[in-house]
Amino acid sequence: MSTHSPIRVVLTKIGLDGHDRGVRVLARALREAGMEVVYLGPWAEIPEVVSAAVQEDADVVGVSSLAYDHLLVPDLMRELRGAGYEGTVLVGGTIQNEDIPVLEEAGVARIFHPGEPLAEVVEFVRASGASRRSSDGN
Amino acid sequence: MATDVDVRRNRSGIELKQTYGPEDVAGLVPEQPGVPPFTRGIHPTMYRGQLWSKRQLVGLETPEAFNERQRQLIAAGQTAISLIICNSTYRGLDVDEVPVPLVGTCGTPMNCLGDVEIAFKDLEIGELSIALNDPSPFTLAAMLLVHAERTGVDWNDIRGTSNQSDIISHFVANHMFLRLPPRAGLRVLVDHVNYMREHVPNWNPISVVGQHMQQAGATPAQSVAFSLCTAIEYVGAVCASGRGADEFAARVTYFHDISMSLFEEAAKLRAQRRMWARILQERFGAQEERTLKFKVHTQTSGADLTRQQPLNNIVRVTVQALAALLGGTQSLHTDAFDEALATPTEHAARIALQTQNILAEETGLADVVDPLGGSYYVEALTDEIERRAWEIIEEVDRRGGMLQAVEDGYVQDEIGRSAWEFQEEVESGRRTVVGVNRYADGVGGEPESVPVQRVAPERVAAQIARVRASREQRDQAAAEAARERIRGLAGDLSDNAFGAIVDGVRAGLTHGELVAATRDAFGFGRPLTAV
Repeated sequence: MSTHSPIRVVLTKIGLDGHDRGVRVLARALREAGMEVVYLGPWAEIPEVVSAAVQEDADVVGVSSLAYDHLLVPDLMRELRGAGYEGTVLVGGTIQNEDIPVLEEAGVARIFHPGEPLAEVVEFVRASGASRRSSDGN
Repeated sequence: MATDVDVRRNRSGIELKQTYGPEDVAGLVPEQPGVPPFTRGIHPTMYRGQLWSKRQLVGLETPEAFNERQRQLIAAGQTAISLIICNSTYRGLDVDEVPVPLVGTCGTPMNCLGDVEIAFKDLEIGELSIALNDPSPFTLAAMLLVHAERTGVDWNDIRGTSNQSDIISHFVANHMFLRLPPRAGLRVLVDHVNYMREHVPNWNPISVVGQHMQQAGATPAQSVAFSLCTAIEYVGAVCASGRGADEFAARVTYFHDISMSLFEEAAKLRAQRRMWARILQERFGAQEERTLKFKVHTQTSGADLTRQQPLNNIVRVTVQALAALLGGTQSLHTDAFDEALATPTEHAARIALQTQNILAEETGLADVVDPLGGSYYVEALTDEIERRAWEIIEEVDRRGGMLQAVEDGYVQDEIGRSAWEFQEEVESGRRTVVGVNRYADGVGGEPESVPVQRVAPERVAAQIARVRASREQRDQAAAEAARERIRGLAGDLSDNAFGAIVDGVRAGLTHGELVAATRDAFGFGRPLTAV
């Protein structure tokens, strides 16, 4: 892996909901910032996300949630780490305040709420990718 | 004086003049409401004759909770019902097939006749208008009919709408309702229309959903055009099955999103009314006046609500509702202010309904029909939205019609581009969202914490027990026969698919079993385009 290769991001929606306007807009913003983005589409199963994250050697996995599917994120985190995935996981969408500590404890690096600027998400992903690469010693 | 840099555009991208005058409406033909082409409204008396339906969407953790909330809202002035099902039900699954924490979080799981009995207990299903958010193959409508049959309610008295019958809008925008592939979905829809025309004459089997498209990013002009293109596809398919437009098209209804763009949204409904009348006459030879009426349910825009300073959303919803009513909607759902945070709390749901009551009875809004008619600005805007929408319709025609254009990804790309452009405007600050990208500091800047709906596992367990019992306590041979009939639908075009679903309910098949059998026949619906 070279520090000059584009940052790779896997975007996904897990669980039951299919509203994906937000994640599609984010995919475009990340691509316009020069990153490689794979969006798995709505209703991804957790094993599918894990294998995509590992196979794509994703720097960042982003989970979009509108309607409580974030309640499955702790399961996803367990499976990702169990498979040896060490990249950054972020969650974006309608996340209730009481669930924020639950997701953070599960290892989610950052939660983005509605109304937060896309530029901040892009910058966070870029910084996460850069830091992963420097810690890999590449 | 306006300068060159001060260019203002509305959400459809229409450049707005500083002032409109007689020269902008030179071609305006005076019209009366209640007369084709219905620009000014489909009834001569509009709200003065009959108020719009105050139809709040309700979807709560269990059928019991749904029933309780409905009874509260009816006591508080609600006049019609709209049932939102659980995301697990939308996916075509029963509650014992999905992760327990997701059951009932933002809708009511409806799996078996027992659920329907509880949800509609003591509600007058022969008197209330009932909208079911019930995608193809319409298992919930089938359950409502069988429930009516068993409780002695005449199907002639059942009134309502198959919301989420617009399978094309699901492929265009709102993937959560996908169950069947698009062309199979069209066949099941045509069968549903024909069955309801024969057996449930007061049911609206088609609701064309511009709302999904606009919430996914479509502009108001695109929503008008794409929803009309969708309706053209459906009406054409039903006509091809041997029915004339005058036999059913009066039962084709619409569902639109209403954004913050006040005058544009009112003009949107005015424009679409006359376009729909013209399409039915010119393309489908409709003759009867009642066929030509554009009937629309509207919902205030969830995407325009903010997580930040959520009480501001009460004001937003009021303006959106005003736009819908100035536009002449037949039915209205007003969003709760906490919808950007969680499933609405009872407190917020009551304020949303009171917003409608205030608009209805304190403002004088219901006193005069089409109060914007004749306004230089609004008439010019109505014309311009119409002009742009015809251009889009012509493009879709060139591409072989809506279904083809959706299968080719054209419509999704157009809507995705609009979503992106809108977001860029917000990001750059060219479009203000109060409390988000402007005036974001000060008191109330932090989102409120609202009570979050979580379903107690024992309540889910009770639902699981109910659906499992319904699978066990039935004549298994009859259930298997009904299942095999559904599985054979793809090979038997003469069998009415919805009739087979109704018989499946009578034989005791659950929602998940009915959808699974339909998928055995037709295959899965998957999103058509990746990003």
